[in-house]
Amino acid sequence: MKHSFFAFMRKTGTSLPGFRLTLGATLVWAGFLVAFPLCALLARPWQDGVGAMVAALHDSRMFAALWTSFSSAAIAAACNVPFGLMLAWALARGQLPGRWLADALIDLPLALPTAVSGITLATLYGPNGWLGAPLSRLGITVSYTRAGIVVALMFVGLPFVVRAVEPVLRNLPHDLEEAAVLLGARPWQVVTRVLVPPLLPAVVTGFGLAFARGVGEYGSVIFIAGNQPFRSEIAPLLIVVRLQEFDYAGATAVALILLVISLLVLLLVGSMRRKLALWSEPA
Amino acid sequence: MTRYVLWGASWLFILVVLVTPPVMVLSEALRDGIGASVATLADPDAQAAIWLTLKVTLITVAVNTLFGILAAWLLARFRFFGRQALLALLELPLSMSPVVSGLVWLLLFGAQGWFGPALERMNIHIAFAVPGIVLATLFVTLPYVVRTVLPVMELQGRDAEEAAFLAGARFWQVLWYVALPGVRGALLSGVLLTTARALGEFGAVSVVSGHIPGETETMPLHIENLYNGYQSVAAFTMAALLGVLAMAAVLLRAAPAWFARWREKTI
Amino acid sequence: MSVEVNALLRTVPGAQAPLLDNVSLHVPDGMFVALVGPSGAGKTTLLRAIAGLDPYRAGTVSLDGHVMTGVQARAGKIGFVFQNYALFPHMSVARNIAFGLDVLPAATRPPRAQVAARVAELLDLMQIPTLGQAYPSRLSGGQRQRVALARALATGPGVLLLDEPFGALDPIVRRSIRTWLRDLHDRLGLTTILVTHDQEEALEVADRIVVMQNGRIVQDASPQELDCNPATDFVMEFLGEAVSFPGHVQGGMMYAQDEAIQPFSVPAHLADGPATAMIRPYEIGLVPQATDSGPAPVRAVPRGVRGGYRHYAVQVGARSVPFFVAQERDGLALEGRALDISRARLFRDGRACL
Repeated sequence: MKHSFFAFMRKTGTSLPGFRLTLGATLVWAGFLVAFPLCALLARPWQDGVGAMVAALHDSRMFAALWTSFSSAAIAAACNVPFGLMLAWALARGQLPGRWLADALIDLPLALPTAVSGITLATLYGPNGWLGAPLSRLGITVSYTRAGIVVALMFVGLPFVVRAVEPVLRNLPHDLEEAAVLLGARPWQVVTRVLVPPLLPAVVTGFGLAFARGVGEYGSVIFIAGNQPFRSEIAPLLIVVRLQEFDYAGATAVALILLVISLLVLLLVGSMRRKLALWSEPA
Repeated sequence: MTRYVLWGASWLFILVVLVTPPVMVLSEALRDGIGASVATLADPDAQAAIWLTLKVTLITVAVNTLFGILAAWLLARFRFFGRQALLALLELPLSMSPVVSGLVWLLLFGAQGWFGPALERMNIHIAFAVPGIVLATLFVTLPYVVRTVLPVMELQGRDAEEAAFLAGARFWQVLWYVALPGVRGALLSGVLLTTARALGEFGAVSVVSGHIPGETETMPLHIENLYNGYQSVAAFTMAALLGVLAMAAVLLRAAPAWFARWREKTI
Repeated sequence: MSVEVNALLRTVPGAQAPLLDNVSLHVPDGMFVALVGPSGAGKTTLLRAIAGLDPYRAGTVSLDGHVMTGVQARAGKIGFVFQNYALFPHMSVARNIAFGLDVLPAATRPPRAQVAARVAELLDLMQIPTLGQAYPSRLSGGQRQRVALARALATGPGVLLLDEPFGALDPIVRRSIRTWLRDLHDRLGLTTILVTHDQEEALEVADRIVVMQNGRIVQDASPQELDCNPATDFVMEFLGEAVSFPGHVQGGMMYAQDEAIQPFSVPAHLADGPATAMIRPYEIGLVPQATDSGPAPVRAVPRGVRGGYRHYAVQVGARSVPFFVAQERDGLALEGRALDISRARLFRDGRACL
């Protein structure tokens, strides 16, 4: 019985052993650590009946928090696109002086623990911070506002855009630009017609990754965000608040919506990417 | 001309956005002198947080590396029913909010969770205790080793492994002597990424920990606690320590390349 | 459109020798010129300098007598086919070809229908009429080559520059596209400059061949002239297999160092002194042996038949000299008294002296 199960699972015959062992180990590991908790997430909201779930959905504070999360993540990811393109160009094509150092620094937001980024950004952009003080003199308040959320999400999302675009830019042949110039294209036409379009799929990927990260981000945002319900409260924080109120159903509802929309956005980004990259598919 | 403008803009952006944060962490940590900041690390709660973080990281790295290698081998070498689904499942934690990654464990083992009350009666504590922290950290770091090792393993091909099996090697021997040496670099990279993430995980751990100083507070949670208590020097000292550890892990990924270059120079 | 290159100098910081060392070249309207030479000789550098893609320190490039300054000045007048074609990957074949017209300022840009007609015409000319909507990634090497050529021709340039255009093609496609290209050149009345490292290719398509070495032009001549009178031993070797015999000239005779080589007479004006005789294997002959003088000192060993020639190897001293005989000359004696190299060219200090 057990043997036939493995035989059924296996599609191609290879001479390598270890299939049963590794499949078993992987299923136990991923099953207990991912599939099992995921089931709880999917099932829990309906446990108290459909009525409770519907009631949980009638929560304007939740929708405000979801809107704050998604819109801030989208704005931050969009703002990262031009900066990311510039840095990717500097690293891959522009022979930026001190490139090795810049290259290491780009990964800093990924490496820095979110709590560290959180308190650092909050202090840096706070009213007396190194960057917050000059900005407040210009009449711009960053900390404890929506702008703070966007700044924090830009910080954590930047490496995704740079790292998605950089290899594509590096592999783009140099003679494309020369060919375009010889055919009479002016500098801005070279950029808009020859350099940017092949990068678009990578830009979309980078945007999608930065956005997905931004939607769920917690640690680097909560210190700078102010966390006022309906105004500067992000969805992950609302989950924590609901848990502190022992409202598991409410917390799970927010979590489930967050997860579903994130996955939908990733799917959308994936299909957009494929559409933009139609030309790259070999026959 | 355009080039110089873009160079200037790139470095200005890097300096303002990426360089100021770590510099500020250090300057805040050392505001009252190095003695004062080192003294904050001697606090028993701080010590407990450091030890707990190291312990959790060690367990997480060990478990996820072992199973990550087995999963990578499975996905690289076999085509089977449900392979794509398994791959998607293994990558799922990457696209989940850290807070949700913590929440799922409360749904299972919390006071109102499915198994929480029963386990509580048997005197087994998972939520708001160290096991919950370990589970949440395992969850968020699960994909890293598989994701870094799998593509390299697929690139390696199976010829050498098949040859080893034909020569009579057993599964573990092939894994240890043939498959793993070929993916050394990727494995190191995956392990270090797991380490960095496990050290610094905040959202997921925050949900399941219960925040009991000296008991269930990891370094990131302790930083939050200190910061909210206006103990700025202590908070930023701990942040500097944690940041240096995590950055070292990330930067060490380039170590094999440095080592190779160094050896080339000396020979 | 004629091309005039005058004393072009291109140096790179750090390198000792200049990439282009005072290169001058005149290509009259309608001529097909091939730039040949080993890699690193400066062929591609010269071609890119003519196109204005690389800056040069001194000298000028003129088209029809007008000195060109930047690459913009040349846009549309020069068609350039890159070694790897440099097709825009995200544009269809039709958009690639139309690019040079699409980027014209609105005032001078031809209307849509006219652009489409021009694209269709070029696709026909390139014998790929159905590929307009395909993307470059789906094309074969030969097809990409034709698209690159069509794109270069779309703006109606007077000069066509080709940088190793056949490098990435397989041998059969190479040969057919080569003759087709020559035909195209004649039909469109272009001035064409082709860079290649393959001397046979150059000999086949070009009216004139410019041999380059170390950033200088070594010889600029017709294929025939080049074959008969190579200027240096390098040109002689570069154009095909050659065997060299060092020796010396004395009293109007050339004596090779090897005993097995028959001395031969040279023009009387050639001063006495050391010289090197170089000869193609198919120009070598055997001096028949007198019937009664014992075993023959020179003996040819068969090495098979290729391209209409019987190949032989002759042991001369310590080395084996190749020696080809046209296939139809049957029943040739394979033993002889000595090798006859009287059709050799003589070189002294690397330069032709005959």
